[in-house]
Amino acid sequence: MDKQLITLRVNGEVHELAIPVHKTLLEVLREDLHLTGTKHGCELGECGTCTVLVDGQPVLSCLALAVEWQHRDIVTVEGLADGPRPHPLQQAFAELGAAQCGYCIPGTLLTAKALLDHNPRPTRQEIKEALSGNLCRCTGYIKIIEAVERAAQRMAAQTAFAESAAR
Amino acid sequence: MADKTPFSIVGKPLPKVDAWAKCAGETIYADDLNLPRMLYGKLLRSPHPHAIIKRMDTRRARALPGVHAVITGEDLPIKFGILPVSQDEEALAREKVRYIGDPVAAVAAVDEETAEEALKLIDVEYEPLPAITSIDEALAQSENRIHEYNKVGNIQKAVALEFGDVEEGFAEADYIREDIFFYQGSTHLPMEQHAAVAAYGPDGKLTLWSSTQTPHYVHRALAKVLEMPPSHIRVIATPVGGGFGGKSDPFSHEIVAAKLSMLTGRPVKITLTREEVFYAHRGRHPVLMWVKTGVKRDGAITAMHFKTFLDGGAYGSYGVASTYYTGALQTVTYKIPRYKFEGMRVFTNKPPCGPKRGHGTPQPRYALEVHLDKIAEDLGLDPVDMRRRHLVDENSLTVNWLRITTCSLKACIDKVIEASGFRQKFRRLPFGKGVGFACSSYLSGAGLPIYWNHMPHSGVQIKIDRGGGVAVFCGSIDIGQGSDSILAYVVAEILGIRPEDIRVVTADTDLTPVDLGSYSSRVTVMTGNAAMEAAEKLKDLLLTVAGEKLEVPKNRLVAVDRRIFDAEDPERSISFVEAVQLAEARFGTLGSVGSYKPPESPGKYKGSGVGPSPSYSYTACVAQVDVDPETGLVTVEKIWIAHDIGRSINPLLVEGQVEGSVYMGLGEALMEEQVFRKGLHKIPSMLEYKSPTTLEMCDVETFIIEKPDPHGPFGAKEVGQGPLLPVPPAVANAVYDAVGVRIDEVPITPEKVLKALEAKARGEDGRYGPSRIPDVAFPAPTTVDVPPEWQPAIVAEGTS
Ligand code: FES
Ligand code: FES
Repeated sequence: MDKQLITLRVNGEVHELAIPVHKTLLEVLREDLHLTGTKHGCELGECGTCTVLVDGQPVLSCLALAVEWQHRDIVTVEGLADGPRPHPLQQAFAELGAAQCGYCIPGTLLTAKALLDHNPRPTRQEIKEALSGNLCRCTGYIKIIEAVERAAQRMAAQTAFAESAAR
Repeated sequence: MADKTPFSIVGKPLPKVDAWAKCAGETIYADDLNLPRMLYGKLLRSPHPHAIIKRMDTRRARALPGVHAVITGEDLPIKFGILPVSQDEEALAREKVRYIGDPVAAVAAVDEETAEEALKLIDVEYEPLPAITSIDEALAQSENRIHEYNKVGNIQKAVALEFGDVEEGFAEADYIREDIFFYQGSTHLPMEQHAAVAAYGPDGKLTLWSSTQTPHYVHRALAKVLEMPPSHIRVIATPVGGGFGGKSDPFSHEIVAAKLSMLTGRPVKITLTREEVFYAHRGRHPVLMWVKTGVKRDGAITAMHFKTFLDGGAYGSYGVASTYYTGALQTVTYKIPRYKFEGMRVFTNKPPCGPKRGHGTPQPRYALEVHLDKIAEDLGLDPVDMRRRHLVDENSLTVNWLRITTCSLKACIDKVIEASGFRQKFRRLPFGKGVGFACSSYLSGAGLPIYWNHMPHSGVQIKIDRGGGVAVFCGSIDIGQGSDSILAYVVAEILGIRPEDIRVVTADTDLTPVDLGSYSSRVTVMTGNAAMEAAEKLKDLLLTVAGEKLEVPKNRLVAVDRRIFDAEDPERSISFVEAVQLAEARFGTLGSVGSYKPPESPGKYKGSGVGPSPSYSYTACVAQVDVDPETGLVTVEKIWIAHDIGRSINPLLVEGQVEGSVYMGLGEALMEEQVFRKGLHKIPSMLEYKSPTTLEMCDVETFIIEKPDPHGPFGAKEVGQGPLLPVPPAVANAVYDAVGVRIDEVPITPEKVLKALEAKARGEDGRYGPSRIPDVAFPAPTTVDVPPEWQPAIVAEGTS
C-alpha cells in the first residue's frame, strides 16, 4: 500500500503522519489521531455527521482525502471549547437538551459554528438552511435550532460587551 | 409553568447528566472503542433473496495474508431470536438464505480492507428459490416455504380473539362502516451504525461492548449460542447513537464478533456499513388493515372488528408481539364494548421487521383515527366532540382486560383544539389548506418480560461515599431518551442532593442489576420506581441519624440542597455529608437496592400478555397542512400536540421526546418507506431513503399535561413513543380537509394525492388506498369473557 508522509494541523496542533493516500480525513482523525469525537453515519457524504471545519468552512470528512488537506486549519469538536470553557454553542446545546443520543451533535455544532462565524445574527430560516445537511433522527431539530439561536444571542452580547469595553 | 410542586429537582429543566460529554464529543460510542491488537470483522451477505446454500469454500480467504479467522454457519449452529417462540435466526445462515443481506460467513483481519478483500475470496454456490416479496405472494405460495417451523405455509402467526359478541354489538348499531388501509414499512435510520467489539481473554471470559438497547437479552443470546455460562460473559451497552427499536434484538454481528474473538484470542470489532444497517432493519412492519365499526347516532361505538396482515420479512424477531400489538391498544382510547381482533404475520424474503417507535401500534392507530374521522363525517358529527364524548373512564378495565389508571386525554384534546384554532379552521379554510385531528394512547412499559419469569423488570443499587458522592447502578441503557439522567434526578430528589453529585453506572451485566432494556417505553417508570425504592431506604438511614443528632422527630425532617433540616425550624440542620458519615458510623457501609415489577394484569386469556402496562399515556394532535393540488405535495405547516405524561420529571426531556416523535411520525406520514424490487432493497442509502431535514420539519407546539399516575415515579408515565402515533392520521385527516381526498395509505406521497384528486375529478371516489384484503381464513377466535363492567346488561344501561 502506498503511504505518504503528511502534515495535518488539527485544532491548532501539528501532526506528522505516514498514511495510505486513499485514507479519508475522517479515518485519519478517528484512527490515527484518536479524535473519535468526529462521527460517521454513512461514509458516503449523505448525513453530515462527519462534518469538520477546514479554514472555517464545513467539510464532510468522509469524502475528503487527508492528503489533500495538509497545512490547512482543521477544527473538530474536540477543538471547539476554549480550554475548560465550553463554546457558547456547546453551552446552549447542553442547557436546552439539544443532544439526545448526541451522535449527530459534533457535526451539527461545527456546521453551526461556521454559520455563526460568518453570520452572527442568522434568521431561523438561515439556521435551517445551514443545518439542512446535518441529519438528526432524535430531536426533530427544534431544540437544535433553538440552541443555535440562544448561542447567537449570547455571542452577539459578548461581542458587544467586548467592543464597548475596548472603547 | 408556575412552580407549584414540592420538588427541587423533579419538574425542573435541568441539563442531562451526559449533556456535557455529548456536546464535547467525549461520549464513547461502540465504534469509538479501540483496543490493543484489535482485529476487524466483516460479514459476507447473501446476494439472493431466497436460495439454498449448495456449497461454501473459504480456503482462498483463509490464505489471504492479514486474515486471522474465517467462519461460517457451521461454527455457530445454535439458533437464537429475541422471543422464545421464534428462535429462528442463525448468526450465519447454514442451509439457506432468506433475504438479500442475510449473513453467511465472516472474516477477522488486521484491517477492514483486508477483511473486505477476504470476503470476495469466499466462494458460495447458491441455488436460487422463488422470492416471496409481498403478503399476497406469501399466502399464495404456501408450498414455497421460507421457514419450516411454523404450522402452515408462510403464516408465522395467526391470532383471533373476540371479547363479547361483536355481531350482537353490530346489531345494536345505528350505523356501520368498513374501511381498508395500508401502512407502509419504514426503518429506524439511527445516525449511529450498529457496532460491537468483543474481547475474549485467556481466562476464558468474554466481554462484548455493543450499541444495543437490550444488553440483558444480548447476554442471554450469547450464552445460548456460544454455549458459555452467562457468568463468564459480560455485556456492556455503550451509549446508543439512536435506537428507536432498531437495536433491540440480539444481532448476528454481535455473536460473530464474539466468536471471532474466541477463535483468534484478540479483540474484534464489527461496525455495520450504512447499507448493512438497512439489512439489519427490524423496522416498522408494512401492515394491511381492515376495520369495521358499529356506532350509535352520537358516535358511541357498539362494536369493532379489526383485521391486520403484517409483512414480517424473513425472520421472527419481535413479530409475534408485533402482531398482537396491532390489535391490543385500540380499546384504551375510546369505549369499545365488543371487540374482535384477527391478526396475521407472514414471512417474506425481505429484511426482518420488528419494533420501531410505537411498535405495532402506529399502523392501527392511523387506520382507526382516519376511520373515525370518516364516521364522524358520515353521521354529521364534529370529529372532536364525537371522540371526546366516548373516551375511556379512569380506573376502568377495557373490554380486553387492560387496566386504565389515569387518563387526561380530555384535557389534551381541549388544549390542542383551542391552541390551534381548530374550530375556526375545520372545513373553513380555503381549498388547499386544511386541519386534521387525531388522538392516541400508548403503554408505559410492557407488563410482562420477553421470557417468562417472576423476577423484577428493573433493579437499582445505590452506594454512598463518605465524601457525599452517590453512585447509582442500573442495567438500563441511555439511547438518547435520557434514562441516565432520570436515575440521577430521582435519586437526587429523594436524597436532597444535586444530580451532579451522582455518578450513574449503567448497562453493564457484570456491574449493574438487570434492567430489561430500553424498549416499550418502560424505562422511566420501571427504573424510576426501582431507584425510588433504593433511595428511600438510604434516606431513612440518613434521617434516622439526623433526627438523633438534631433531636427532631424523623417525620419532621426534610432533605433538600445537600442539607437535612427540621421543616418547622429550618435553622436546625446538618449537611448531607455529615449525615452520611453519622449513618456510616452507625450502620456500616451505606448501600441499598430497589426493584420494580409491574402490577399483575387482570387479563388471563391466551394472548393477554401483550398490551398490559402499569399505565397508559395519552396524546391529542392537530395538524395543519398545505396541499398543492397541482403537484400533490403535502406540506405540514404546524403540529399542535398535547401529551398526558402523568408527571414530567424534566420538561426539557419531555418536549424533546414529543418533538422527536412528531418528527418521526411526520417522516412516516409523508415520505419514509422501505421499498423493494424483486427482493432487492431499492434504497439502502440515506440519500435515497428520504427522511425529513430541518427544511421539511414543521413547527411544533407542545403541551405537557400533568396529572400524576399512581404507578409512576412521582406520577410519571411514558413519552418516548406515544406522541408519534396521532401524527400520521392527523396529517391524513388534514389532507382531506384541505383538498377533499382520502389517502388511506401512508406515506402520503404527491403521487397518491394526485391520483386521488384525478379520480375525484373523474367523478369517482376521491380516495387512494387498498381495496381488498386477502381471502384467507383466520382460526376460530378465542372467545373471552368480558370484564364485569362490560357485561351486556350493564353496557345497555350505560349507552341508553
Ligand atoms: S459520514 Fe455521512 S456524510 Fe460523512
Ligand atoms: S441527537 Fe440523536 S441523531 Fe441527533
